[in-house]
Amino acid sequence: MKVSNVKSRYLTQRAAISVLAVSLALVVIPVIGIIIYMIANGYSSLSWEFLTASPAQAGKAGGIFPAILGTVYLMLGTILFALPVGVMAGIYLSEYTRANWVTRLINMAIINLAGVPSIVFGLFGLAVFVLGLNLGMSLLAASLTLAAQALAMTITTSREAIMAVPKEYREGSLAIGVSRWQTIRHVVLPQAFPGILTGAILAMSRAAGETAPIIVVGAAFLVGGLPGSPFDRFMALPYHLYTVSAHIPGMPGEIKWGVALVLIAMVLFFNILAGIVRIKARKR
Amino acid sequence: MNIQNSIVVNNPSADVRSAGSDVRLRMEKVNLYYGDFHAVKDISLDIGDRSITAIIGPSGCGKSSMLRLFNRMNDLIPSARVEGLVEFDGVDVYQAGIDVVELRKRVGMVFQKPNPFPMSIYDNVCFGPKRHGIRNKRALDEIVEKSLIQAALWDEVKDKLDQSGLSISGGQQQRLCIARVLAVEPEVILMDEPCSALDPIATLKIEDLMRTLSANYTIVIVTHNMQQAARVSDMTAFLMVGEDRAGMLVEYGLTSEIFTNPKNRKTEDYITGRFG
Repeated sequence: MKVSNVKSRYLTQRAAISVLAVSLALVVIPVIGIIIYMIANGYSSLSWEFLTASPAQAGKAGGIFPAILGTVYLMLGTILFALPVGVMAGIYLSEYTRANWVTRLINMAIINLAGVPSIVFGLFGLAVFVLGLNLGMSLLAASLTLAAQALAMTITTSREAIMAVPKEYREGSLAIGVSRWQTIRHVVLPQAFPGILTGAILAMSRAAGETAPIIVVGAAFLVGGLPGSPFDRFMALPYHLYTVSAHIPGMPGEIKWGVALVLIAMVLFFNILAGIVRIKARKR
Repeated sequence: MNIQNSIVVNNPSADVRSAGSDVRLRMEKVNLYYGDFHAVKDISLDIGDRSITAIIGPSGCGKSSMLRLFNRMNDLIPSARVEGLVEFDGVDVYQAGIDVVELRKRVGMVFQKPNPFPMSIYDNVCFGPKRHGIRNKRALDEIVEKSLIQAALWDEVKDKLDQSGLSISGGQQQRLCIARVLAVEPEVILMDEPCSALDPIATLKIEDLMRTLSANYTIVIVTHNMQQAARVSDMTAFLMVGEDRAGMLVEYGLTSEIFTNPKNRKTEDYITGRFG
């Protein structure tokens, strides 16, 4: 009786582990599959020219350099606005607010901000930045729009990184007559920095992949020349990918996959960078 | 009890000082609440200049809470509320308009768990002075050396000042934290169970250090360890929780008196190990 009991327990355990493993495989295999498919179909289009030249014949020939550059600009622009505001809001939320219903409401709003569909941010950007502030369809308006979307993430990660700094450090600083702000500036922020940076890099890589919002606020399929100022229109990889895939008849497959590959590589690069920052920080 | 002898040997002038010295810290009918919880009840005592006062008592009797009243560290707890008078050099530290940052500069604090910042030993010590506006490299060098010598740590770390403050032993870390406090030239040093995370040898080093420092500083130490209180302090305050779970001052007096001839029965029970 007892023995069979044990056996059935083993069986249950094995079944449970199998279910978990299958679930994991269901997640991992498609990801790997997509990446392999993308590489197999797209790598033939990768060349020095593809990465450094401007598109020709409606994207069927030439390269995608303006789109790569546009995406890099967008990422930098996004983080330029989203990081400082996110960090400052995170500091305020974690250090200067008390746990009451207002704070709870604000936290809930931030969480919901992350769930707002990106096209809604696009419309918001169109109304506020493009038309309201009269920035026009431009790199600047798009950066601000993506920054507004990234804020939820930078605020949350900053706040969490700041709250994770042990209270002993704060007390040690406050107890020798160092002010609250100096304590935040010189003890808390340096400690929280890796966490903040990780969040910022992930927000940036997410901004790199956004398509819908930037169409509304300034991305264009073909722009003559590279953007020379923040007020110029620009090309970006996700939108370029969308257009070559959906709107240009007779587009060679390897070009579509090539664009996708470059975009994925950029996003992956930043995600790995975030991982390295985190590991380095843990070692300290 | 030979404990009494050691105190007299260590500090022959203890009686004179605590009897007639200037009062630096003072509590009068002090009550502390955390929300509805009454943590400290009706405490009144005077603490003399350049003495060591030990606060002893069973766990949860409000020792640390009481200590943190002197430098207003309880302010960090949003629900904390203080009634009564807490004075430093005759000034009510809870009155409106008190510069808490300046108060904490003059009344420094060392914590239970050594908490050096994750930066170099050098930067740990000059952290306070730098924040208080000292920028001159030579001046900072001097402060670091002087503070580490005062904290009896200089010889052990003088060749590795650029190493992380977390790389040294627990006892060294605690002395580093003391050096960090000394570097801002406080007048009072509050110590919240500074040896409870340390081994006996490191503990003795800290106790020696306290005795040396008491020539120039007023020290208040919370300790779980009665032998420690007996060894190092001039005055002892015994706290206990009352029926309403609030910490009350049962007895306060010369350490030699408290440990040999306690006036209160509860004190006697506690120091003889009958409870607590």
